[in-house]
Amino acid sequence: MVEGKGLISIWFFIGVLLLVYGIIILSAGVYHLFHPPAHPVVLANLHAAIWWGAFVLLMGAFYTFRFFPRRNK
Amino acid sequence: MLYASRKDFETNMLAPAALLFQAASGKLISLSPVDIAIIVLYFAMVIGIGFYLKRFSGTGEDFFLAGREMTAWIAGLSFVAANLGSLEMMGWAASAYQYGILATHWYWIGAIPAMLFLGLIMMPFYYISKTHSVPGYLKLRFGEPARALSAITFGFMTVLMSGVNMYAMAIVLKVILGWDINFSVWVSSLTVAVYVVLGGLRSAIFNEVLQFFLIWLGAIVTSVVGLIEAGGWSGMVQRIHANFPAQDYTHLWSGLGSFRSNPMGIHWTGIVFGLGCVISFGYWTTDFLVVQRVLTARDLRSSKMAPIIGAAFKICIPFIVILPGLLGLAVLPEHLVGAAQATGNLHSYNEVLPLMLARYCGPGLLGLGITALIAGFMSGMAGNVSAFTTVWTYDIYRALMNKNATDEHYVKMGRWTTVIGVLVSIGTAYMVMQSASIMDYVQALFSIFIAPLFGTVILGMLWKRTTGPAGFWGLLCGTVSSFSMWLWVKIDPSALRYIALSPYAKTMAEDMYRALWSWLICVIVTVVISLLTKPMLEAELEGLVYGCTKLPSEGHLRLYQRPVFWAGAVAVLFVALNIIFW
Repeated sequence: MVEGKGLISIWFFIGVLLLVYGIIILSAGVYHLFHPPAHPVVLANLHAAIWWGAFVLLMGAFYTFRFFPRRNK
Repeated sequence: MLYASRKDFETNMLAPAALLFQAASGKLISLSPVDIAIIVLYFAMVIGIGFYLKRFSGTGEDFFLAGREMTAWIAGLSFVAANLGSLEMMGWAASAYQYGILATHWYWIGAIPAMLFLGLIMMPFYYISKTHSVPGYLKLRFGEPARALSAITFGFMTVLMSGVNMYAMAIVLKVILGWDINFSVWVSSLTVAVYVVLGGLRSAIFNEVLQFFLIWLGAIVTSVVGLIEAGGWSGMVQRIHANFPAQDYTHLWSGLGSFRSNPMGIHWTGIVFGLGCVISFGYWTTDFLVVQRVLTARDLRSSKMAPIIGAAFKICIPFIVILPGLLGLAVLPEHLVGAAQATGNLHSYNEVLPLMLARYCGPGLLGLGITALIAGFMSGMAGNVSAFTTVWTYDIYRALMNKNATDEHYVKMGRWTTVIGVLVSIGTAYMVMQSASIMDYVQALFSIFIAPLFGTVILGMLWKRTTGPAGFWGLLCGTVSSFSMWLWVKIDPSALRYIALSPYAKTMAEDMYRALWSWLICVIVTVVISLLTKPMLEAELEGLVYGCTKLPSEGHLRLYQRPVFWAGAVAVLFVALNIIFW
C-alpha cells in the first residue's frame, strides 16, 4: 500500500499499540495475581488479564517486527 | 418511547445510569490508572496517525479517496469497521437482550448477501465508472437532479447518524465512567475532527483498521469468559429458558411463523423481504458511508474482494456483540427493562454491554474494553464525517455552487466541511436526546432514505432501459412515500397494522415493511416512467450499466484468487450458520 510514497504501514501502528497494551495488561494481571483486588470480578480465578495480555503482547510484537519501517524499505 | 423534553429523557434514560454509577461506587465504574493509561494511549495514537498522514493528503484524490491505493484487506476491514459504530456495540447488544438471537438477523441475512452482491455484481460498475461517490454515480447514470436529491438526503442522514453515534457514546461513558455527557461528546468528536481534517479519508481508514482490532480484542474477552460462566452454549440456552420461560430467545427462524411467537413481533416475510432484500441491500450497496471505503481499493479485483473480506468478518461479529446480550439474559442476576421502566435499582437494556464488561474485566482488561467501545464510536463517527465531507464537497458544493475551482480549493473546502460536519453532528447529538430509543431512530432513517435509493441504483445498474427522469422521480416518490408512512404511524400509532399487515406487529416490523413498500413504489414509478420516456443511447451507458459494459475477465486467475470463490465460501458458511441456529 503506497510504499512508493514512503508511507509507514498501518500494521506497524497497530503492532506498536498492541505491544504496549499487551505489556500493560499482562503486567496488571501479574500484579493482581499477587495482590488480589478487594472486589474481584466474576471468574477472577481465570486470570484473564494474564493470558489475554500475553496474547495481545505477542500479536503486537509480531506486527511491530514484521512491518517495522526500516525492515520494509 | 418518545420523551417530551430533554428533562424527561434524562429522567428516564440517564437516571438509571447515574444510579448504576452511584450504586456501584466500588468496582463497576472505577477505572484504575492502568485503564486510564490504555485509553489515553489510544487517543494519542489516533491523533498521532492523523498528524503523520497530513503530508500524504495534499490532493483531492488523496484527501477524499485515500489515493485509491488501498489493499483489499485494508479496504475490507475499513468497510466493516465504519459500520461498527456505537449502534453496533451498544444497540445490538441491547437488542440481543431484548429480542434474543433474532438480533443476529441484522448481521447475517441483513448483511452477508448484500455484501457479497456488492462485491460480485455492483463494484465493477462503481469502480469502472471511476465515480467518487454514490451520488456521483447517479449523476453519471441519471443526471444532475438525481444526484442532487441523493446527495442532500444522504448529507441529512449522515449528520443525524453521526449525532446518534455521539449520543450513544456519551451514554455509555456516563454509565461506565460517570463522565459528563458534554465532555464525552466534545472530546471524542474533536478528536475525530482533528485526525480526519489532517489526514482525510486515508487517516479515517487507518484509524478504522486500528479500531477494528481494538474492538475485537477488547470485546471478545466478555464473550469467552461469559460462555465459561454459563457452561458453554447449551448451558447458556438452559439458563435463558429457566430465566425467561415465556419467550423463545435462542432460535433464529423457528419463531418467525407468526407475529406473536417471537419477542420482536415480526413475521419471517418482514425479515426476508424487508430486511434481507431491501434494507440490507440498500445500506450495504448504496450507503456511501460504507461504499466509500471500497472505492479506495487499488484495483478492480481488490474492490471486489474488499466487501467479501468484510462479509467474512461481519459474519463473526455476533460473537462479540450479540452473544454478550444473550449471556446477559443467562447470567445477570437482575432482569433488565426498557429505558422508560429503568428507575430505582433497575437497569435498562442499553446497559447490558457495560454491565457484562464490568462483570468480567478487571484492571487493564476493563481499559481495553472501554477503549473498544470508544474506538467503535469513533470509527462510526469518522465514517459519517468523511463520507459527508466528500458528498458535500463534490456532489453539492462543486456541482451546484462552484464548478471551476482548483483541486487545492476543494481540499481546503473538505477540511472545513469536516469541522462544520462535526459541529452539526454535535448539535444533532443534543437533538437526539429528544428522540425515542436509539435503534428505532436509526431504523427509521434507513428505511426512509436508503430503501428507495437502492431501488434507483439497482435498476440503473442492471436495466439499461431506465431513463434519467425515471431515476429521479422514482427516487423522489420512494423517499416521499417512506417519509409519509413513517409520519402516518407517528401521528396515529394504530396505522401500524396497515403498514405491517398485522395488528400484532411491533416497531421493528414497521421499519421492515415500510422499507419494502417504499422500495416497491420507487421501482414501480421508475419502471413506468422509463417505459414512457425516450431510452438512453447505449454509448451513454458504457461503464455504468450491465450489458453495456465490458467487464475484465478473471479467467487467468487461479480459483482461490477469484472473488467468486471466496464469496461462495462465505455464502456456504452463512447458510450453515442459519441452519445450525434455526
